[in-house]
Amino acid sequence: MVPLSWYLVLSAIVFVLGMLGFLMRRNIIIMFLSVELMLNGVNISLVAFSHYMQDLRGQVLVFMIIAVAAAEAAIGLAIIVALFRNKPTVHVDEMSELRG
Amino acid sequence: MTLNQVFFGYFAFVIVLTSLLVVTRKNPVHSVLWMLIMFFHVAALYLFLNAEFIAAIQIIVYAGAILVLYVFVIFLLNLKQEIGDEQRVGEWPVGLAIALSIGLLMLIPMAGIKVGMMGKWGVKAIEDETHTVALGKVLYTDYLLPFELASLILLVAIVGAVVLSKKKKKVEGQ
Repeated sequence: MVPLSWYLVLSAIVFVLGMLGFLMRRNIIIMFLSVELMLNGVNISLVAFSHYMQDLRGQVLVFMIIAVAAAEAAIGLAIIVALFRNKPTVHVDEMSELRG
Repeated sequence: MTLNQVFFGYFAFVIVLTSLLVVTRKNPVHSVLWMLIMFFHVAALYLFLNAEFIAAIQIIVYAGAILVLYVFVIFLLNLKQEIGDEQRVGEWPVGLAIALSIGLLMLIPMAGIKVGMMGKWGVKAIEDETHTVALGKVLYTDYLLPFELASLILLVAIVGAVVLSKKKKKVEGQ
């Protein structure tokens, strides 16, 4: 039997890697991919808790998270396309047009 | 070391390795393809945890829909010369410090975690009903309102994506 803590450590590592990607990379597409990575890390821990507590509520939450992740990807990528049309760059530190 | 632990070790190793590759590759297409491998291994972990339906939608929604969307956008933007550019923001040590300290904050209390009250959906109960039926029963009774709200979120996403990526008409006189 695999202990619950193994799943939790795995989920924490995936979450931290996603956060590293989000905070360190310049490419806005990779930053969005890192957000998906963080959501996946959370999903792992929710499904693990759901299994070890013999309760399906965690999996209902995962279901909702996947729905929100799909919405976030659609909206986020539309924003990237709209941004790219205004200024042909994917580097976040070059997008400072709103600064006064 | 039982067989379960060996299998978990393999999947955990591949998940961590591919996540690392996703955030370090220069070419976004490579990142997306490593992400695909990672999603399949996460789905395998869900199968381990008796969550067949979640594993299926992990592959169908994440690998089948979201990643394809990413690949479309990457091909649309044609980012060939950006691959040679500097890949990190100037303030990357700050990001590294924040991420590592939050990771530490998550790992410290992990030793003290105890699971709370057991619910009624044990492995046996789910086996009798099959997982999709069991999840559907919970989703359509106790969580009906959040389920309906999820459809609203998806509707907003569809309309928002179309509105945002539509080409703006040139206003006369500009």
